[in-house]
Amino acid sequence: MSTLQAMTPKLRIRGLRKAFGAKQVLDGVDLDVMPGTGMVVIGGSGTGKSVLLKCILGLIWPDSGEILIDGEDVLTAKPARARELRDQIGMLFQNGALFDSQAVWENVAFGLLARGLVTRAEARDVAAKVLSQVGLDAGVGELPPAELSGGMQKRVGLARAIAAEPSIMFFDEPTTGLDPIMGAVIDGLIVDCVKRLGSTSIAITHDMTSAQRIGDRIAMLHEGRIVWEGEAESVMRSGNPLVDQFTHGRRDGPIRMALRK
Amino acid sequence: MNLVLDPVAALGRLVLGLVSLLGELAIFTIAAVSGLFRPPYYLRNFGRALMEIGYFSLPVVALTAIFTGMVLALQSYVGFSRFDSQSVIASVVVLSLTRELGPVLAGLMVAGRAGSAMAAELGTMRVTDQIDALSTLATDPMRYLVTPRLLAGLIALPLLVVVADILGVAGGFLVSTIRLGFNAPAYLQSTMTYLHASDVISGLVKAAVFGFVIALMGCFHGYRSRGGAQGVGGATTAAVVSASILILALDYVLTQAFFAP
Repeated sequence: MSTLQAMTPKLRIRGLRKAFGAKQVLDGVDLDVMPGTGMVVIGGSGTGKSVLLKCILGLIWPDSGEILIDGEDVLTAKPARARELRDQIGMLFQNGALFDSQAVWENVAFGLLARGLVTRAEARDVAAKVLSQVGLDAGVGELPPAELSGGMQKRVGLARAIAAEPSIMFFDEPTTGLDPIMGAVIDGLIVDCVKRLGSTSIAITHDMTSAQRIGDRIAMLHEGRIVWEGEAESVMRSGNPLVDQFTHGRRDGPIRMALRK
Repeated sequence: MNLVLDPVAALGRLVLGLVSLLGELAIFTIAAVSGLFRPPYYLRNFGRALMEIGYFSLPVVALTAIFTGMVLALQSYVGFSRFDSQSVIASVVVLSLTRELGPVLAGLMVAGRAGSAMAAELGTMRVTDQIDALSTLATDPMRYLVTPRLLAGLIALPLLVVVADILGVAGGFLVSTIRLGFNAPAYLQSTMTYLHASDVISGLVKAAVFGFVIALMGCFHGYRSRGGAQGVGGATTAAVVSASILILALDYVLTQAFFAP
């Protein structure tokens, strides 16, 4: 890897803004994620973490700003090139988002089939191999997603996200709805998969235990901006009053939860 | 509160909302139809939609057509016997069915059965992030979900109407010959004498338009549904109501275009 490549962030976000009506959800987000780094974005509910990921994925179009993948702005790139850049991203959705009309193996191999990387005849075996990487038996591949527990659905979602060996991985609230043990299992699988693929990852969560397990660095999103960023191990003693209140779960502090009166 | 300006503002909001909705529908339709002319083509999805709209709607359409034909024969007999014109019953039944009742009633039945199912399926996919997941797996959701259903609607409804026409005429034939004492060969000859190819073709063209509209409304309302179970329920209702109204309105427009003096 050349020095220039080493210095170019895998993902760079500059001045990202997005409003829904009068509500300014993202208000100038700046964030760099270096290659091979695990970044975790923390923040309260409704602070725009999911909107940030959706903007990067192209599911929501931001009002202004830059989103650079490998130094190229996906917002100004030609549609075909933007698709190529975004095709590097694998995504684990909060609730799995598995296609309930298809068997588990079809879910896992979906991206590979869509990209023409495997034939339908090969897909079942490839899916079984990927399922084994997340600790699931090949027999699970024949089941419909509705028959799986929440933890198994998360594993299948993870298998689907890693099947095409993406160089960037997104995890949306990976431990939400899971018991602490299953949460730890999913976090462990995420770390293993990201390490094995050498991917750059971004996770969004408000589970601090999970954030410290899967992140090398942590950034906090508050009122549409990144208000703090640092090493994962330093987050509990950041010295930032916003981060301190959030990480220690204090009711009193500078963060005021928006409540409807 | 301003008694003059408030109603004007409300009317303005209504008009703007309607224009915005129509614009959204136009963009949605163009995006979906353009998928017919550019690969990839999702033949499995097309086949599945064809079965869902066509084959599985066959019983309800068949029953509707048979009973409509039977009732039409009875009512025509009662009405025309007042003018001593019972001999025209066969042609009244066949012309009413092929030109109007076959396509309209089949359309309304399919809107209730398949249109609602489409809206519910796509709505659920939307609120569970499955549509977003498709985008992250190198698949255009419009081409994958919507285009095959529009094509299936366009093809399936004319096929259903052919069946409905035959069964409706058969229903009228049975009542006329068994209950009303008509001579069977004479009834059939009267049916065929006054039936022109244009009567059947106009009905099939109407059916194709109605099939497209049913699929379009089902997909459009399902695709843009928001807010969980309530949103999906609202999308389903909107799909059936809008498709039914459009079927009746377009029936007049098409009849005017085909047969107006």
